Amino acid sequence: MKRLVILGAGTAGTMMANHLNHHLHAPDWEIDIIDERKTHYYQPGYLFLPFDIYEPDDIIKPIQDFIPKHVNLIQEKINRVFPKDNYVELGNGLKIPYDVLIIATGAKIAPEEVPGMQGSGWQKDVFDFYTFEGALALRDKLRDWTGGKLVVHITEMPIKCPVAPLEFAFLADSYFKNKHIRDQVEITFVTPLSGAFTKPKATAALQHLLDEKNIHIESDFAIEQVDNDRKVIVDYGGREVPYDLLVTVPTNKGDEVMARSEMGDDLNFVPTNKATLQSLVYDNIFALGDATNIAASKAGSVAHFEAEILTNNILHFIHGEPLRAEFDGHANCFIETGGGKALLIDFNYSHEPVEGEFPFPGVGPLRLLKESRVNHMGKLAFRWIYWNMLLKGTHIPFVSAKMQEAGKHF
Amino acid sequence: MNKIIADSTIQVNEEGYLTDFSQWNQAIGTALSTEANIVMTPRHWEVIDYLQAEFKKDIPLSIRKIGKSNVVDIKEFYALFPVAPLKTASKIAGIPKPASCI
Repeated sequence: MKRLVILGAGTAGTMMANHLNHHLHAPDWEIDIIDERKTHYYQPGYLFLPFDIYEPDDIIKPIQDFIPKHVNLIQEKINRVFPKDNYVELGNGLKIPYDVLIIATGAKIAPEEVPGMQGSGWQKDVFDFYTFEGALALRDKLRDWTGGKLVVHITEMPIKCPVAPLEFAFLADSYFKNKHIRDQVEITFVTPLSGAFTKPKATAALQHLLDEKNIHIESDFAIEQVDNDRKVIVDYGGREVPYDLLVTVPTNKGDEVMARSEMGDDLNFVPTNKATLQSLVYDNIFALGDATNIAASKAGSVAHFEAEILTNNILHFIHGEPLRAEFDGHANCFIETGGGKALLIDFNYSHEPVEGEFPFPGVGPLRLLKESRVNHMGKLAFRWIYWNMLLKGTHIPFVSAKMQEAGKHF
Repeated sequence: MNKIIADSTIQVNEEGYLTDFSQWNQAIGTALSTEANIVMTPRHWEVIDYLQAEFKKDIPLSIRKIGKSNVVDIKEFYALFPVAPLKTASKIAGIPKPASCI
């Protein structure tokens, strides 16, 4: 019997287990999925937790609930991959040989990359919201916070869900308005990029949101350190931004196991063919989701589209057929703008987000790159879709893996 | 849109970044550096060469990554390109500025 091993039972790995379960069966194939964690987190919910919009129970479920029964879930630490010898070594020393390996080990924050970030102020006045613990600690802080300088900060790209920090700033504006302390809070958005928006069409369509919500922008800011005593962040050019409450998105890195296995780049991301999702080094290794180094967004929707294409490519690989270079970088994301409204964006490697209608050209009902209440309902409904359809690999009607160009105003 | 620079016609976007890297040559880079008030030295060109090599490999750039490149440290990078160094150096190199998804 041949064995396919999936590393990581997060969004991407779980979807692959569900897709491949339909195609690879005993007695020819065994599928193993390895993850030491017991809990599956709905990561988009981390954005809502700090503002008391979601409760912890809304965003956590057991990992095993989403793994099909004919797939072996191995809950052990992954010590190392030996890609030349085709086996995975577990933390308990057990060796799992494979014929095909899928890497879905994701990305995580690495606050230790910036001096002072995890200093004396960590989780007192310096917070992240990219972890469950961080988002929860920030919720408790915000409940009692009476105002001051709120700084929302991105350390460096790439990060998971690149728009989430901006959504955080928008939701913070609403949150403090609802608490009637907005006039006590100064919101500054600090980014290493050239602005809150970097694409021409999005800038033209959305720049007004920053003025309406009175969000100040500090652009081109490459952080060198957090000075906990003086409560300032300092960039390499010597520029300083003072804070009373710093909400930062630290450097994002791939999993340490990729470094231990000498399979990652300098941020532990796996060099991957951006169209076939095959490893650039090993023919029988594939990668998807946040773990890869491809220039697509690190987002669940990207993993979802990749999973549909990668499933076909794994089957092509197994049957000795040529791989299809089909992944186009497609992403589709709701963006909260506060006040019960949201935007929807749909884009890929070659097309920036533009205005239009989705999913039906000329009809909608969702409008692209425009604020609406319907889009906000879509974002909230998405949690149900995630748990009940996305993870189980059910195709979402009318939303294709490759981006559709009709209905978009290029 | 078209831009005439160093006796060549190049395609640039609204912010003056080349949209087709194959149109770039060193004379164009020099002219773009003059527009950014930078006088190029051999050290500047070493950095530009590195940025272009990474771009050709489809690898997104960040200031901290450049600092770890062994080509230039971050302090020197700021000394060479004092204002928004990564943006400025990218424009001179004929490659897109680092961007997010929107």
